Amino acid sequence: MAEKLTDGAVVKPASTHVNKTGAWRSMRPVVDLEKCVKCYICIDLCPEGAISALPEKRGVQVDYDYCKGCGICSSECPQKAYTMVPEEK
Amino acid sequence: MSKVTGKKVVIEGSLAVAEAVKYCRPNVISAYPITPQTHIVEDLAQMVADGELKAEFVNTESEFAAASVVFGASTAGARTYTATTSQGLFLMFEVLYNIAGSRLPIVLTCANRAVSAPISIWNDQQDSLAVRDAGWIQVFCEDAQEIHDFQPIAFKVAEDPKVRLPFMTMLDGFVNTHTYEQLELMDPALVDQYLPTYKPVVRLDPAHPMTFGALAMPDVYHEIRYMLNRALMGSAPIYAKAVKEFNETFGRDYTPFLEEYRSEDADVIMMSMGSLCGTIKDAVDELRKEGLKVGLVKLRMHRPLPKAAIRKAMDRASVVAVVEKDISLGLEGIIATDVRATFAGHDGPNVLSYIAGLGGRDVTVPHLKAIMKEAATWKGKESPDEPFWVGLKRDIIPEV
Amino acid sequence: MATNAPATKPKTLKEGYIPPGERLFSPGHRGCAGCGELLAARLVIEAAGPNTIIANSTGCLEVTTTPYPESSWGVPWVHSLFENSAAVASGIEAALKSMGRKEGVNIIAQGGDGSTVDIGLGLISGMLERGNDVLYVCYDNEAYMNTGVQRSGATPYCASTTTSPSGEQSFGNARPKKPMVEIAAAHGIPYAASASVAYPRDLQKKVRKALSIKGPKYLHIHVPCPTGWYADSTNTIQIGKLAVDTGLFPLYEIEFGVVTGVKKSKARPKVEEYLKTQNRFKHLFSKPGGAEVIKQIQAIADRNAERLGLDEK
Repeated sequence: MAEKLTDGAVVKPASTHVNKTGAWRSMRPVVDLEKCVKCYICIDLCPEGAISALPEKRGVQVDYDYCKGCGICSSECPQKAYTMVPEEK
Repeated sequence: MSKVTGKKVVIEGSLAVAEAVKYCRPNVISAYPITPQTHIVEDLAQMVADGELKAEFVNTESEFAAASVVFGASTAGARTYTATTSQGLFLMFEVLYNIAGSRLPIVLTCANRAVSAPISIWNDQQDSLAVRDAGWIQVFCEDAQEIHDFQPIAFKVAEDPKVRLPFMTMLDGFVNTHTYEQLELMDPALVDQYLPTYKPVVRLDPAHPMTFGALAMPDVYHEIRYMLNRALMGSAPIYAKAVKEFNETFGRDYTPFLEEYRSEDADVIMMSMGSLCGTIKDAVDELRKEGLKVGLVKLRMHRPLPKAAIRKAMDRASVVAVVEKDISLGLEGIIATDVRATFAGHDGPNVLSYIAGLGGRDVTVPHLKAIMKEAATWKGKESPDEPFWVGLKRDIIPEV
Repeated sequence: MATNAPATKPKTLKEGYIPPGERLFSPGHRGCAGCGELLAARLVIEAAGPNTIIANSTGCLEVTTTPYPESSWGVPWVHSLFENSAAVASGIEAALKSMGRKEGVNIIAQGGDGSTVDIGLGLISGMLERGNDVLYVCYDNEAYMNTGVQRSGATPYCASTTTSPSGEQSFGNARPKKPMVEIAAAHGIPYAASASVAYPRDLQKKVRKALSIKGPKYLHIHVPCPTGWYADSTNTIQIGKLAVDTGLFPLYEIEFGVVTGVKKSKARPKVEEYLKTQNRFKHLFSKPGGAEVIKQIQAIADRNAERLGLDEK
C-alpha cells in the first residue's frame, strides 16, 4: 500500500537517513587507529556526521552508509591517521 | 429579527472589524499600515495597549513581513490575524500562496482598494480579486454588521481540521471602513461559545519536532495541490454549516453563499459583491415600482465559487448584468467570467459584464437603473466580447 | 551499521555513535561531498540543542535537507520562502510568548548569503529593530549557489560567478562584500559576530554564547563551497582557514557596537595563498592586469587587519 501524502507536505523529523549517500563515494577514508589520538577534529568536520567516537576511547569509526568520500577528514587529521583509498566497485 | 439583544452601537466600520476580532481572541496580530486599512490595526493596537485584548501585536517593516509573521505564528500553533489592502495585499502575494499551500488557518481582512498604477487610495475590488487563485476562502461583506459577524465565522471555518485554510473577508475601503453605521455587537460570551480555542493539527513544538515546507518533486506536487483544492472545495459545506450555527447562536439570518433580493421571479438579475449591493437594492425597489421584474443576487462567497447556488439563483432569468468594481485586463469583469463558467454547458441567462466604480468612482441608483433597463434589451442576443464601462467620461478620453 | 555501539546513550558524536534517526541533524541529505554549509548547519543545531525551532530560507541548505517525504532535521523546522525567515521567526516568537511557551526555547532564523544580504535584508533589519529574541544565522558561500553560482551582494571582489564571470573585458565581480556583520551591529543589538566552518569549535562557542543572550543576535558564518568556488572538496577546511587567516574573512564579535573577541594571527598569509586554491579566482593568475587585482585584494585584507587589529604584535 502506498504511503499517503500529508496535508501541506509536513514531514517526519530526522528521516533522510533512509537515503544511503555512501553510494556516492569514489574514494573511502580508512583510519589507522594506532595513529588516532582522539582529538575528534574529524568528528567535528564531517559534513555528514558520519564519524563518531568508538567506545572506551579506542578511536573513531566511519559510517560508510553515509560517507560521501569528500576527503576532509583525511586532509584535516593532524596525525595523518586517514588514508583515502579507491572505493571497490 | 435578533433574538439576542446585544449592544446596539453606531461605530465606524473599521471598529466593527476590530471589535469582532477582539472577541475572537487572536494570539498574534501583525500590522503594517496602509490606507484605508489603518483604523482597523490602530483600533486593535489600542485594545492591546489598554489590556482589553491579550495578544502579541507585532508592528512589521512591510506587508511582506506582516504576512510572514502570521505565517510563523500560525505554524507555531497560534490563532493569527492581519489586515491589509491593495498594494499591501500585492506585496504579500508570494506569502498568500505559501500560507494556503501550507494549510494555515490565518484570517485576514482586506479593505478593498484600487491598485496602482495609477495610484489611488479609493475603493474598488481589484485587489482581493487579483489573489483569488491563491487558495484562500474569500467572502465579501456588504456593511458593518456583516463584516463584524463574519470574523468568528472566518476563524471557525479556517481552523476546522477538515479545512485548515486561510480565510479572507472583504469590506469596501472608505465606503465601509470610514463610515459610521448602526450595528449590534456580538455578545463576547457567545463568541467564546461559538468559537472555541484553536487546536492545531500540527505545530512547531520541540517536544514533537516536525518539518514544514519540504521540497515536493514532480512525483508528489501534483497530488498535494489536488489535496489543497479538494480542501478548498470541501470548505463550502463546512462554511455553510458554520453560518447556520452562527445564525442560531446570534439570531441572524445570513445565507452562506449568496443573498437573493427580489430575484426569485426576476427577468433581469443584477449581480454584485460588497457595499454596492446596498445601492442596487434601492435601484431594484424603484424599478419594481415601475413594474420591471428585476432583482439582485449578492454574491457572498467568491472562493470556492458556489456554482450550484449561483445556477439555482439565476437560471430562470433571461439576462444577468454583473456589475463589479474590478476588471481582468484583457478580458472583462472577473465575476462575469466566473458566472459564464458557472453556466457553461447549462441552460441559463445571457451574461453581461459591467465595469463600475473603479478607483472610488460613485455608482448611483440612476446608473444602476439604466443598466438594468439596458440589460433587458440584450435578451436572447449574443453577449459582446468586451465589457461595458459604467459612467465613462468619454469626452476626456483622447482618440486612439 | 553500528558495529560498535556504546553502553550508555551518547549525547554527541564525540561520546559515541547515535542512530541517525535520533539525531538533531540526520545524514542522508543531498549536500555535495565536502559542503561547508551543511557542515556548519550541523554544528549550529548540535550546539543549540533539541529545544530549538528553526525558520529556514530557501537555498542549498533547505533543498538538500528536506526532499519530501524526508527531512534531516530532528528539531521543529519550517521553510516558508526565500527572503522571510527572519519575519517567520519573529512570528514564532510572538506565538510562543502569547501562549506562554517561550521559556527555554531557542529560535533560529537561517539562510544563505543571497537570502540574507540581498533579498531578505529588509526583513532581517525589521527583526533586529523589533528586538525579537531570535538568532539569525547566515551561511555565506558568497553566491547564489542553489540556483547555479550567481553573484550576490556577498560575492567577494573579482570572484568569477555565472552572472559576474571573468571574461575578455572583465575580472569578475566588481564590488566588495556587503559588510553584513556591521549592518547587523548598527542596529544596536547585543551580539553580532563572524565565524567560519573551518574553526568549528569557535563557531559552536559563538552559537552557544549568542543563544545565552536575550534579544536579537546575528552570526555570519563563512562556508566554503567546493562546487561553486571550483575547488577540491578535500580542501574545504583548508580554504576556509586561509580565508580567515589572510584577513579576507576575519573572525570577530561586536557587542552593543563595540568590537570584542578578535581572532588575531602572528603571520598572516598573503592572499595569493588563498586565491590560488579556487578556480573562481584563477583568471587573476592568467589575465593581464591580474597581479594588480591581487594587490587590491591584499589591500582589502590589510584594511581589515588595520580596522580590527588582526596582526598580533
